[in-house]
Amino acid sequence: MVKKKVLALAASAALALPLVARAQSQDEVQALRDRVDQLEKRVTDAEQAAAQASNRPAGENALNPAVSLILNGTYGNLSQDPANFKINGFVPTGGDVAPPNRGLSLGESELALAANVDHLFRGTGIFSVSSDNSIEVEEAYIQTLALSYGFTVKAGRFFSSVGYQNQIHAHAWDFTDAPLANKVFLGNQLSDDGIQLKWVAPTELYFDFGVEVGRGRNFPAGPEGGRNKNGFGLSNFFTTLGGDFGTGTAWQAGLSYLSTSPQDRTYDDVDSTGTPVTNSFTGTSKLWALSGILKWAPNFNPTERSFKLQGEYFQRRENGDLAFNTATPGATQTGGYASTQSGWYLQGVYQFIPMWRVGYRYDRLNAGSTSIGLVDSGALTAADFPILAKYNPTRQTVMVDWSPSEFSRVRLQLAQDKSRSDATDNEVFLEYIVSLGAHGAHKF
Amino acid sequence: MRTILKLGAALGLATSWLPAAAALNVFVCEPEWGALAQELGGDKVSVYAATTALQDPHRIEARPSLIARIRSADLLVCSGSELEIGWLPLLLTQSGNSRIQLGTPGYLEASQYVAKLEVPTVVDRALGDIHPGGNPHIQTDPRNISKVATVLEERMAQLDPADAATYHSRAKAFLERWRGAIARWEKEAAPLRGVPVVEHHKAFSYFINWTGMREVATLEPKPGIPPTPSHLAELLDLMKSQPAKVIVYSSYDSPQAAQFLSERSKIPAVMLPFTVGGTEKAKDLFGFFDDMIGRLLGAVK
Repeated sequence: MVKKKVLALAASAALALPLVARAQSQDEVQALRDRVDQLEKRVTDAEQAAAQASNRPAGENALNPAVSLILNGTYGNLSQDPANFKINGFVPTGGDVAPPNRGLSLGESELALAANVDHLFRGTGIFSVSSDNSIEVEEAYIQTLALSYGFTVKAGRFFSSVGYQNQIHAHAWDFTDAPLANKVFLGNQLSDDGIQLKWVAPTELYFDFGVEVGRGRNFPAGPEGGRNKNGFGLSNFFTTLGGDFGTGTAWQAGLSYLSTSPQDRTYDDVDSTGTPVTNSFTGTSKLWALSGILKWAPNFNPTERSFKLQGEYFQRRENGDLAFNTATPGATQTGGYASTQSGWYLQGVYQFIPMWRVGYRYDRLNAGSTSIGLVDSGALTAADFPILAKYNPTRQTVMVDWSPSEFSRVRLQLAQDKSRSDATDNEVFLEYIVSLGAHGAHKF
Repeated sequence: MRTILKLGAALGLATSWLPAAAALNVFVCEPEWGALAQELGGDKVSVYAATTALQDPHRIEARPSLIARIRSADLLVCSGSELEIGWLPLLLTQSGNSRIQLGTPGYLEASQYVAKLEVPTVVDRALGDIHPGGNPHIQTDPRNISKVATVLEERMAQLDPADAATYHSRAKAFLERWRGAIARWEKEAAPLRGVPVVEHHKAFSYFINWTGMREVATLEPKPGIPPTPSHLAELLDLMKSQPAKVIVYSSYDSPQAAQFLSERSKIPAVMLPFTVGGTEKAKDLFGFFDDMIGRLLGAVK
């Protein structure tokens, strides 16, 4: 059809030519020249359209999902051995909370596949390969496309909507590692197998409300992998408000409440004689998370300059029983346990010229109050629970990063980490993060 | 938990104003499509533009306020060709709105309906942030606006049959005025034919193609990569051997690079509205083209 059109245009152009000879005045000649020019242009356009039509992808490959691969690596220089990393004052999570290795190491390589399944669902799978060659399903979920009235349902494994940073993939974080609060309350980053229902209100001011229930396969639930029972092991309610101030500042505030009933959630410690022991907690764990984000850019155009302020506050209450030395038959003792602990961080990242950003983060945890029945009753001493001894960890972090394109970033980060009660860790990280393949879209 | 529910309910009530109760809520990614929807829809539509002419449409944050607006949209109009790939997919999946998903009548990708320029034959990120579907900045050729207007009118009528007659008559009137304007602009822009131009980004390729100007270089070393000192130095050399007559940058670009080259090469630099709202005169689609042509004629005189 396009070819026919081209021929027709060419023919009419040819017919127009003899007319030129008969043109009486200069004006008419000019008018005809213009017409020929126009026709020429139309022929070119038509040819282009035809070329484009033939360029359309064909075959089975054309429906492949969007694939992207994140690669990253670090050079770490740490004054303390990351293998001995601990955060004093808080129950160890069993999560991947230690800072990156000393020396050169490969970070997590992340492979992401995403596509619309059909007209009803979208599917996303994100798999990470650790530097020790183990593969982990980071996220694998389906999401509804066709529900109306602001409802979305998500099912599978996904990062829980608890707080703000927990929902963001590590490669999009503004610092190399997670805030201390995310490490102690969420085991670095909480993902669970579950279902999420979210509703977005029909208002100009952004408002959402959601609920998710999950298996409880990770800290703060327990045991690791989830309990062997029907129903669910973890629930989370969350709500978000957001909007714009003027023509350059966007804000978002979130509140969430995560509740779970861990059973035999174990952690390793040493007793007062220095002998390794395994202790376990059974009871309830409830976590409030409050988050606030402010992003500024002149006219909302972040190409030249931008600023991002991000902060979160967590508070956790745990109530139940703590069993001491569960690994040695006969030596196990059990008593009550209750704790109220909190933590927060605040960070600012400023892009002062295109490609370059600087950032500062302050972390603080409050060990709060912890009562251990076995210590209160005199059966054991506080020295038998050294990791739980009251201590308020802090950390200061600065970073500068350079992003030559949207797909690559090199970052230098310095931190003074007082997570351990007995030593300060001075850390230097040099890191690269690149993304190959499909252009990702990042959450606010 | 109860506290959250209560809080949610309270906030829900406090903020339960709805976007204007017009027949059709139109969410546009770029202001030109908003201006067009307004021309065709008049008071039958309520238009919300996600971006302004002062923003780089490639780099937009999926802000909460945008999700809130797309949630209630009946029709989505975007340039497409991956221009909005960094943010629109996120808005769509977060919206909980089935009316504007890909494959529904409420989803309109304008660039699908015009012949695209600069469709790359080789696609590789080493070439910069290129768009495999071709250059997405189709709004700078007025003939593309006519093509999109025809499709948009049909969609509006399909989604809001009660007002179909209004859309049809408004579209007819608009297209007639537009045809007249194109003829006038083509006459006015005649002196631009063959004029060599340096662009900041390939933002005006369609305009250049339409007016017959000739692009000799871009300030960006590669699409989407900000100008570098070394690239500007190369351009300065190039301007000595092959001088351009004008350097153009868009309303959202930083003027620094263009001014740097302009001062040293003595070639005038001119800011062009990238879309409706880019300059004071570019109040609507007519003003947009009037001002683009006016500014260029002023510079190349």
